[in-house]
Amino acid sequence: MSILVDQNTRLVVQGITGREGAFHATRNKHYGTNVVAGVTPGKGGQDVEGIPVFNTLHDAVQQTGANTAMVFVPPRFATDALYEAIESGVELIICITEGIPAHDMLQVYTNLKRGNQRLVGPNCPGIISPGKASVGIMPTQVFTPGRVGLVSRSGTLTYQISKELALLGIGQSTVVGIGGDPIVGSSFIDIVSEFDKDPDTDLIVMVGEIGGDEEEKAAQFISENVTTPVVSYIAGFQAPPGKQMGHAGAIITGSSGTAQGKKEALEAKGIRVGTNPTEVAQFVKEHLG
Amino acid sequence: MVDPNQGHIRSSEWEGKGLDLFEYQGKELFARHGIPVPSGEAAETPAEAKAAAERIGGPVAVKAQVQVGGRGKAGGIKVANTVAEAEAAAEQILGMDIKGHTVHRVWIEAASEIEKEYYASITFDRSNKKPLVMLSAMGGVDIEAVAEEHPEKLARLHVDPLSGFHPHHARRLCYEAGIDDAAMRGVQDILLKLYKGFIELDAMLFEVNPLIVTKSGDVIALDAKVTIDNNALYRHPDILALQEASTSDPQERMAQEKGVTYVKLDGDVGILGNGAGLVMSTLDVVALAGGRPANFLDAGGGSKADEVVAALEVLLSDPKVKSLLINIFGGITRCDEVAEGLLTAIDQLGSTLPIVVRLDGTNEEEGRAIIKERAPKNVVVEPTMLSAAKRAVELAKEAAA
Repeated sequence: MSILVDQNTRLVVQGITGREGAFHATRNKHYGTNVVAGVTPGKGGQDVEGIPVFNTLHDAVQQTGANTAMVFVPPRFATDALYEAIESGVELIICITEGIPAHDMLQVYTNLKRGNQRLVGPNCPGIISPGKASVGIMPTQVFTPGRVGLVSRSGTLTYQISKELALLGIGQSTVVGIGGDPIVGSSFIDIVSEFDKDPDTDLIVMVGEIGGDEEEKAAQFISENVTTPVVSYIAGFQAPPGKQMGHAGAIITGSSGTAQGKKEALEAKGIRVGTNPTEVAQFVKEHLG
Repeated sequence: MVDPNQGHIRSSEWEGKGLDLFEYQGKELFARHGIPVPSGEAAETPAEAKAAAERIGGPVAVKAQVQVGGRGKAGGIKVANTVAEAEAAAEQILGMDIKGHTVHRVWIEAASEIEKEYYASITFDRSNKKPLVMLSAMGGVDIEAVAEEHPEKLARLHVDPLSGFHPHHARRLCYEAGIDDAAMRGVQDILLKLYKGFIELDAMLFEVNPLIVTKSGDVIALDAKVTIDNNALYRHPDILALQEASTSDPQERMAQEKGVTYVKLDGDVGILGNGAGLVMSTLDVVALAGGRPANFLDAGGGSKADEVVAALEVLLSDPKVKSLLINIFGGITRCDEVAEGLLTAIDQLGSTLPIVVRLDGTNEEEGRAIIKERAPKNVVVEPTMLSAAKRAVELAKEAAA
């Protein structure tokens, strides 16, 4: 098994006729993902490499039974596309778009949480279940089927760690890029929970970076709820302390948001944190025996 | 991590949550949203300060414009009773160094007769995913200390992003914070206007410390700390225009002009990578190898040859850089494009600095072949991120010796 995307994924790509949208939709299709439709207003009836294009997401979902939507729409129009995806009823929305205003995402997020759909991203590289389906922009050659679940806020760092795993002969069940924006649809906790329920994921690698307190929250959650072993990596130890405007931020988070703070929070809950991507892969190897 | 428009990778966290404004800019925005602020003018020379004090009339406060706290204690705020005193105060404050920030501008405003000092703020609380409004009757002091020692004195309220902030919220905050009855109405009015402005301006932070009550009973924002979301600046062109002169560092300024994501650090190993996470990891690995990174530079998710050239121009213009480490994991970025960009840059800039290159991912073979066959001797290829970092650190130490 795997999580979120697999052979049962029926993908519709919003913004499929854009340069990036067309390129990656085609690549996803060639990987074996069942890309059933694309949406670009005004281009209904056309096709992109055999993928039928619809004017509205509503039509695309009605006519193709799509259950997953990928948003490749420029930031100014992405919020509209996200609401369209929420209202279409698809189970999973994956938003690749970078640069969506935080206040807009706050509105989308609050609406989303009143229902049962899952959003991954925005500002993320997507999701791949190696050998089954790839939804997003990840370089598929880096990944091989296996039993390690990988969840990350960073794209290229995900590829780096996957490569280090590959060098040790270790593959992945699913790799999820949750995105680096202040408001993202799925947190580390959400994805780690999914991996924990997956019988084919033996170990979880959680790749974090400076900022926010999601890693700290995940550490607490994992210690109380997760039975699958977790190994972590945090980037940004050399990042200079962000210049703090005012004091309100420091009052509310209670967390420093630094790499050191996150490392300590994870280690306090018995989660090993590698000092570099190579060491993370070695930890995984040791755990798997 | 890709903006389909641009193909640039960014970490909103690394670049800061947004654009920080100076007090005088924040107050101008406040005024536009109907939030009472003292009348004032910005000045860059003592003569301008004198003229401003004349126009404002009466006693004025001369305030250093720096984006760092504690300027009052550092002598960056002076009250002047006459025009001559205002000029002298500006003379003293302009050019002053406050915690590493040089004062280039002062704000001259009508001095206020302070009866009470409160604290008000609105924060984009990413952890709870709601705006957070805070109010305290203990303003004008270190609010972090108040939060720690007297948490009950700091009233807090999370706002539902969909239904918004209403008068009953403002009343509740005032009662909880113990605001004087006489000031209630003015404080509530300001809280409502602050929230409206916070939403309309796509702010990540509004902080007013102190929010004062004058002897005549008016409630006025005496300070303004404002941060605006970078991603929303496209719909606030007037605020975007304020961004231009925000850095005085030559490399950072050059990077801004060329659209390169760059942050200056204080080491001597120049860094170029793709993707914020990988670049941060590269800095960490350089430090673990005993070196000190000179910068953070994210060449972006779809780095093309000309983008690599622009990035290298920025790096090579820094005289402190003794060696360069180029760490690329090609996804959308193609390693052969990066290699071509590197060769073009070396050709154009004639650099003889030692350059260590590590290329992995899409078209890695082609990229390495280009460097092996055509690059000058100062460019070396290393197979892994760790070995590349180690080599770059060694070369920087040799060059410095």
